[in-house]
Amino acid sequence: MRLRSWFLFPTWVWMTVLFLAPLAIVLAYSLLTRGTYGGVGQPWTLENYSRLLDPLYLAILLRSFVMAAAATALCLLLGFPAALFIARAERHRNLYLQLVMLPFWTSFLVRTYAWMFLLRDTGLINTMLLKIGIIHGPLPLLYNDGAVLLGLVYGYLPFTVLPIYATLERMDPALAEAAADLGARPWTTVLRVIAPLSKPGIIAGAVLVFIPCLGAYLTPDLLGGGRTVLVGNLVQNQFTTARDWPFGSVVSIALMALVTVLLWAFLRTRKEPLV
Amino acid sequence: MEQILELRSLVKDYPGQRALAGISLAVPRGSFFSLVGPSGCGKTTTLRLIAGFEQPTSGDVLLNGEAVNHRKPYERNVSTVFQSYALFPHLTAQQNIEFGLRQRRAADIEKRVKSVLALVGLAGKENRRPAQLSGGERQRVALARSLVLQPDVLLLDEPLAALDPKLRKQMRHELKATQRRVGITFLLVTHDQEEAMSMSDQVAVMNEGRIEQVGSPEDVYLRPRNPFVAGFLGAVNWIGGVGVRPEATRVAPRDGAGRERQSFGLVTGSVFLGNCVEVFVRLESGEDVVAQAPRGSSVLQPGQAVQVCWDAAEEMKFS
Repeated sequence: MRLRSWFLFPTWVWMTVLFLAPLAIVLAYSLLTRGTYGGVGQPWTLENYSRLLDPLYLAILLRSFVMAAAATALCLLLGFPAALFIARAERHRNLYLQLVMLPFWTSFLVRTYAWMFLLRDTGLINTMLLKIGIIHGPLPLLYNDGAVLLGLVYGYLPFTVLPIYATLERMDPALAEAAADLGARPWTTVLRVIAPLSKPGIIAGAVLVFIPCLGAYLTPDLLGGGRTVLVGNLVQNQFTTARDWPFGSVVSIALMALVTVLLWAFLRTRKEPLV
Repeated sequence: MEQILELRSLVKDYPGQRALAGISLAVPRGSFFSLVGPSGCGKTTTLRLIAGFEQPTSGDVLLNGEAVNHRKPYERNVSTVFQSYALFPHLTAQQNIEFGLRQRRAADIEKRVKSVLALVGLAGKENRRPAQLSGGERQRVALARSLVLQPDVLLLDEPLAALDPKLRKQMRHELKATQRRVGITFLLVTHDQEEAMSMSDQVAVMNEGRIEQVGSPEDVYLRPRNPFVAGFLGAVNWIGGVGVRPEATRVAPRDGAGRERQSFGLVTGSVFLGNCVEVFVRLESGEDVVAQAPRGSSVLQPGQAVQVCWDAAEEMKFS
């Protein structure tokens, strides 16, 4: 074996044991019959897949897609200006980057709970608004689509800021100066020069947000209060309460297939490589 | 001659450093004007203040007699050719050149772009992106992108620095010819004194945030105001307190004849430069001088006793 192969060996082991094997198990489960108390049993069948076409499940898939797309759009809208601000800052750039990454120092679960404390009827926001007298009854801030969207955007915003920042930071500052020099106002410079040139970062950020949002489970579960069922919740539900492992596996595979197809179709439309 | 650009006592301070210590300058309309000086002398800062990328600490920038200090770059009718060219990599040559015209909502964009493409010799390359163009072609796109706007002053920041030496010399002539043809005022910043002198009507020599001297290339080269200007624009032999250029210094075997301006010394070495020979001589006074001699002079051998002479008119004296 050549040296190069030896260096790759741990990666191969890792990928086989922790990625390919579980994937094969999920695939096998999706083709088996459900057991009475969870688990799977014989015989092999394709029937689980046909259940996926139930309008109920298709609607959940569509909802997840819309939610992920909305979260991605919002993350880009908020993340791009933030990245631009940091890249343009003459001082304290590292401090700003640290602040963007600061949330990662705490568990995502804890931070989501923190949002619940802020948003619930007796939470900080409602209490304050009531005290000031702007409202007379608590606003329904928690357990709805808006709360889920807020949680997703909050959780994945850093994943758009960082790649966009990376492309902006590499950009020749003379390009923005040249645009201004040629008569472009700041907005035009951003839209016609800076944004098009940070496309690789924008795309990387969009992919990094869209994919995990599509399969998000924790955020809709906690902030949606079970009312906002997304694909992630559906999968979890099948493996726990519903005790239907084969169908849970089918949904998982459908989700993976959807992501793969979308990503592939998207990358095909681009001539240049991603980064 | 009417002046199109005037700088009045421009001062620019950066934290812990004074980049410009009071620059005053008048650039005549339609001229080719150069700011030349060693790196860090403030020439690029001056250009950036004129373009509006930075604000002066004090002093004024006047365009057509009007102070433009507080106008943004996009509100000033000047245009910059950047050292890195700063072409938009996602746009074609044509789109790069159109960019400024579109911002101004100019009429007959197509016609103007076509004529400027012809002017800089880029016809046929309009649909290429910067990455598909050579260094010289990129330079032309950058020039065309600014020229097409017919700015009051075209600012050029070391525009030839990124080109190879042969192309650089060719582009000097082209740049000068283009300036003559379009009649737009060019303000060039360069550290290359030869480049500045070969193209400019007037040269301002800068050093440590100040202007040392302004004048025609002949003026500043032949009649420098101080030793810095003399030394920056070309080599100088210091002989008994006066300066003499190497090309005005003659060297020959001693012939015994008495001359008003001559010194004696020994040859210490010589270098063949192709078009001439540089002969190094140590004078009896201990001063080292260089003389540019015709090719045949290589008969002078190290250690040979020689005389060095020059014309009184070639002397540069500073009080």
